[in-house]
Amino acid sequence: MAKNNAAFVRHQLIEEQAPPITERGVVKWVRENLFSSPFNVIMTLLSLWVIYSIIAGVAPWFINGVWNANSVRDCYDILDGATGACFAVLKERFPQLIYGFKYPSTEYWRPNTAVILLLFALAPILFRKLPRKFLLFSLIYPFLAYWLIWGGTPLVPVVAFLGFVIGIYCFRRFSANAFALGAIIGVIAANIFWVLGGYVVDANETFLALQAVPSRDMGGFMLNILLGTIAVALSIPLGILLALGRKSNMPIIKWICVLFIEFIRGVPLITLLFVANVILAFFLPPETSIDLILRVIVMMTFFNAAYIAEVVRGGLAALPSGQYEAANSLGLDYSKSMRFIILPQALKISIPGIVNTCVGMLKDTTLVSIISMFDLVGMIRGPILSSTSWNGVYWELFGAAATIFFVVCFSVSKYSQWLERQLETSNR
Amino acid sequence: MSTSISSERETFRLSMLLNDKRYRSYTFQAFALFVLICVVAYLGKNLVENLAAAGLNISYGFLGEASGYDINQRLIEYSSQSSHLRAAFVGILNTLLVAFLGCITATILGITAGILRLSNNWIVAKLMSIYVEIFRNVPVLIWILIINSIFLAVLPQPRAFKGENPEASMLWDMFAFTGRGIYAPKPLFLEGSVVVVGTFILSILAIFALRRYARHKLYSEGRLINTLWPSLALFVIPTVLIFYALGSPIGLEYPELKGFNFKGGIYARGGLISLWFALSIYTGAFIAEVVRAGILSVNEGQTEAAAALGLRPNFVMNLVVLPQALRVIVPPLISFYLNITKNSSLALAVGYMDITGTLGGITLNQTGRAIEAILLLMLFYLIISLGISAIMNIYNRSIMLKER
Repeated sequence: MAKNNAAFVRHQLIEEQAPPITERGVVKWVRENLFSSPFNVIMTLLSLWVIYSIIAGVAPWFINGVWNANSVRDCYDILDGATGACFAVLKERFPQLIYGFKYPSTEYWRPNTAVILLLFALAPILFRKLPRKFLLFSLIYPFLAYWLIWGGTPLVPVVAFLGFVIGIYCFRRFSANAFALGAIIGVIAANIFWVLGGYVVDANETFLALQAVPSRDMGGFMLNILLGTIAVALSIPLGILLALGRKSNMPIIKWICVLFIEFIRGVPLITLLFVANVILAFFLPPETSIDLILRVIVMMTFFNAAYIAEVVRGGLAALPSGQYEAANSLGLDYSKSMRFIILPQALKISIPGIVNTCVGMLKDTTLVSIISMFDLVGMIRGPILSSTSWNGVYWELFGAAATIFFVVCFSVSKYSQWLERQLETSNR
Repeated sequence: MSTSISSERETFRLSMLLNDKRYRSYTFQAFALFVLICVVAYLGKNLVENLAAAGLNISYGFLGEASGYDINQRLIEYSSQSSHLRAAFVGILNTLLVAFLGCITATILGITAGILRLSNNWIVAKLMSIYVEIFRNVPVLIWILIINSIFLAVLPQPRAFKGENPEASMLWDMFAFTGRGIYAPKPLFLEGSVVVVGTFILSILAIFALRRYARHKLYSEGRLINTLWPSLALFVIPTVLIFYALGSPIGLEYPELKGFNFKGGIYARGGLISLWFALSIYTGAFIAEVVRAGILSVNEGQTEAAAALGLRPNFVMNLVVLPQALRVIVPPLISFYLNITKNSSLALAVGYMDITGTLGGITLNQTGRAIEAILLLMLFYLIISLGISAIMNIYNRSIMLKER
């Protein structure tokens, strides 16, 4: 009865209402992320002002940029008083910035090929899903790249490579009986092969020869990449050995490693480059003349290795001691327990640190410009800025150098973050 | 007994030096030591032979000779008649100056950027991560050169400040930004200034005492004493009172344009400024990352527990989060300070005369004493590094979690 007296009874549910405009979509996001409190309002306005002033300052300079001119005065004539960049310098001096000013221009295809092949050689190391067979190419690559960049007859790297192959074969063959015997026979066999191969090379110097380019003709960004890649590739194994040495319970080995690491880490790289440039010659026999580039590579390798050793030591220390004890209780000897149990885990922990160190190394290759080698920065500061036609074009050149380094270093650090996620086994 | 000993003796064979774990480590070490000695002896022999062939010797006598070159940025008296040793001291002080300035500004920048990167304001957080990524991924040498370009290409030369209608003018008549560097007013300490400075130091000590007393009250009686306003008052009032009571004994010496250059005031060369700023913003980007990681490393449960105890947000930060975050932040922070000191050797690129520029640069080139100069240079940096890491170890031990 009462039912009928009711003025109104709803039979179905009302349509769901949309949340108020302040609680959805863009408005909600803006309220929560940009204007949530008076302080945040001020910060947002300040940031917008910073962004605006940067864009307002750079945009006309960038958009008005002149790409075709022969000298900085031409640029000013074309701009006719307006603000604008003189990007023409990048266009005109592009080969110098990338290859240096002495590398023969007909041979630019060689470093180009070497860089492209480098990507292929790195791929199986960087991406673990690729077939393991590709690693063979990574092994051959250093010798191939040497031939491509320095030129000369391919017999030199071929002999060097075969020497390594024979040495390793002999080591494998004889180390089954005794480790030391295998190592000694391996080294002797490789050396005999290199000496014999040396005669073959001397006799056939023109066989398939590319135009030889001496080290001092390397320059530009190519030199940065060259120094960075070689120093990084050599310093990672050396750094791991140093870290193991520092953790070793043999006091003499331990102290040699500690002294080396602490000494190198205690001095700036620039003093080590001075050593390479000026005083290393005093410590070598008078008749030897080692390339400056090689001396610099040695110093950079030592420098980077000391830092990598500290990173790896951190990784080794972070492993719970149960892992070491488990390896021992399985009856594994030192090298096996390190290879199969300790290092895979320790290196995984140290990946971010190792990559940071290596990016640092790549950035530090610019320091060679101070000992008057003509890398990217050295080219800009030396031949380009001091030339009469491009005197005073600072921003365009340094901006380009900064951009190149940013692209390379940023992608390397992004890769390391990706790798970290890939290797995460999420068992803790 | 004797038989067992002799039987053990019999069992030792030469091959055990390689194959027995107990003895193998001795073989390895002896071998490593032997190789090391051989290498050192070989290098030493070459050095002696090369020096003899070149008619050189190792001698540090050159340090006492007159240097014959000028240094235009210096903290102590120096002229071209001074010795090379004094030039090296000028360089050391210049290195320490730029390292000190760089550490302070890098810390301020890094902490600000690190905290702002965690801000809930989207645009601020993004802006800060752009700052961090851009500055971390470009070599510091390029930053030094870019900032130095401002002095070379943008700022006016001192002569632009001349005349009735100068092209450039000084900021508040105090600061002159020129292509040669920055001129700033210099404090002049007249008679009685000691009292003012003394009062200032005393009031700072009083502030520390006050805060200590407040903390003591908080811990012992649970009473919260507001220290902000009393501290500010202590900081300002006594010093200002004494300053005017003694008739302004500390004045300012303004830089003035005389002839074609500025005279008076504090002069900082473009090289110093660009080195200082580049090192600060570069290292600041790294510090920002460390600060961010440190704050994130504090478990959220800690914040929630503190809030559940009824602490207000700034107490949560000061009493709970920061002490734990600092344990993560400080060790890398100190190694970044070390990096600033070592990277200050890049002064060479902008003509700032630090120790690398004096001892490792002009002195080396003038005297040709490469080995001696570079050894001294390395020794200086080693002492600084080892000193700072010793301090760091002491600090680490003091803040280590007291367990067990």
